[in-house]
Amino acid sequence: MDALYRDYILEHYKNPRNFGELDPHDLDWHDHNPLCGDELGVHIVVEDGRVKDLRFHGQGCAISQAAASITSDELIGMPLSEVPGLDAEWVIDQLGIDISPTRRKCALLGLKVMRGATTGDASWPE
Amino acid sequence: MGAVAHTPMVDLRADFPVLEREINGHPLVYLDSAATSQKPRQVIETMERFYSYSYGTVHRGVYELGREATELFEGARERIAAFLGWPSDCSIFTRNATEAINLVAYAWGRSNVGAGDEVLITEMEHHSNIVPWQLLCEETGARLRYLSVSEGCELSLDELDSVLAEGRVKLVAVAHVSNVLGTINPVGEIAQRARAAGAVSVVDGAQAVPQMPVDLGAIDADFYAWTGHKALGPATGMLHGRRELLKEMRPFLGGGHMISRVEREHSTWNELPWKFEAGTNAIAEAIGLGAAIDYLASVGMDRVREHERELAAYALERLPAVEGITLYGPESVDRRGGVIPFTIEGMHPHDIAELCDREAVCVRAGHHCAQPLMRLLGVGATARASFHVYNRREDVDRLVDALGKAREVFEL
Repeated sequence: MDALYRDYILEHYKNPRNFGELDPHDLDWHDHNPLCGDELGVHIVVEDGRVKDLRFHGQGCAISQAAASITSDELIGMPLSEVPGLDAEWVIDQLGIDISPTRRKCALLGLKVMRGATTGDASWPE
Repeated sequence: MGAVAHTPMVDLRADFPVLEREINGHPLVYLDSAATSQKPRQVIETMERFYSYSYGTVHRGVYELGREATELFEGARERIAAFLGWPSDCSIFTRNATEAINLVAYAWGRSNVGAGDEVLITEMEHHSNIVPWQLLCEETGARLRYLSVSEGCELSLDELDSVLAEGRVKLVAVAHVSNVLGTINPVGEIAQRARAAGAVSVVDGAQAVPQMPVDLGAIDADFYAWTGHKALGPATGMLHGRRELLKEMRPFLGGGHMISRVEREHSTWNELPWKFEAGTNAIAEAIGLGAAIDYLASVGMDRVREHERELAAYALERLPAVEGITLYGPESVDRRGGVIPFTIEGMHPHDIAELCDREAVCVRAGHHCAQPLMRLLGVGATARASFHVYNRREDVDRLVDALGKAREVFEL
């Protein structure tokens, strides 16, 4: 099996979880990776201070789509107050693969927009 | 399958030390020359010799090293200018093509473009020939307009005429060869029509000078910008300008070397071209670029162009064998340079490039600094293979093999 393109990464890429849009939604955010121009948007419905439902949309490489898919699964049901605590390390742990510096932003774009929607923080996760 | 006429191609691979490298156990195949080219020994040795034995500052040293450095530096300028058919004193060393275009946008644009005027560019420009004009238009209240790119990936001279006929265009800026599509634009014709309409022309030649014969006298644009690092040389660029315009223009950057006399409140300017070369130049880079141009001249630009044409034709013949591939750019290799953009269904360009790298095949992936064009093509990004004199048909075969293996990893 390929060390980067593991079967579950390709599976998430080809069949991303929670892909699409939510209307109506309570929160949304949109951003892009300046290196490659890939774009990602997110819609979130909030209930009782938690992420009740979430959909992401856009286009990107296998790493960015799989990372967004895996991150979205983790975020659904999570209290909004816990989202700011998620960082780059957390995403890379969830992915379970080594991410080279050139692919780091691919892996982090999903969390960036999801964190942006819930906290208004537009910075890259560190 | 259409047969490609096999004329002898140049084989200069032995001149490029980097090609001795193996990456991931495979001999290197470098297919990203449109981004930056590899360097022949002749360029590397020229710069090393200069730094080792002749380094000094130019135009100031009265000692031997200063004299030698000045002779080498100005000699490089003269040979480069002669190679392109433009007067040496109207050929300015810049940091790169981007800085050359910015020089025009600041030193000519800020004094000659105002509210109600228009700056006309095209949908196939590199960001370096978009953003300087956006900044100029934002500051002056001028309007930025785009000539469209046809489905055949070309510009329309009729559309150019109709926009020029409206009478508001002050400046037309266009790529000689598109860095994404490879399209070769009729820049001489465009410059002539711009001039007839009272507009100044700026040509971005970053992709043209490295790979085809360029006669600036025949093109006769008002400004022509390009960069050395894509032309087998180091990272230093050039701006060639029309003398009358350069003389009238205010300087771009102020500082040492660009002045004639500095008073407390004002200064007067050095002669051309030094009026536009503030501060100490990238001296070794300029001399290295002279060596790169000598190298290209010894190969002959007609042969370089024929080599690029052959490789593009071979790539266009071989790549359709890759399942799910879409190729972009003009169909005819007579109208395109050695640049092949492509996408593969079910695989993002980043992943294509990553998996090609496993096979030591270097291709570019991304928006190629041409985001407006990417949107027009309906893609976020493409992969891109581009060639230079050190590439051969086997490199295209290696690319096709690498793409096949990439598809296997993705289980396509």
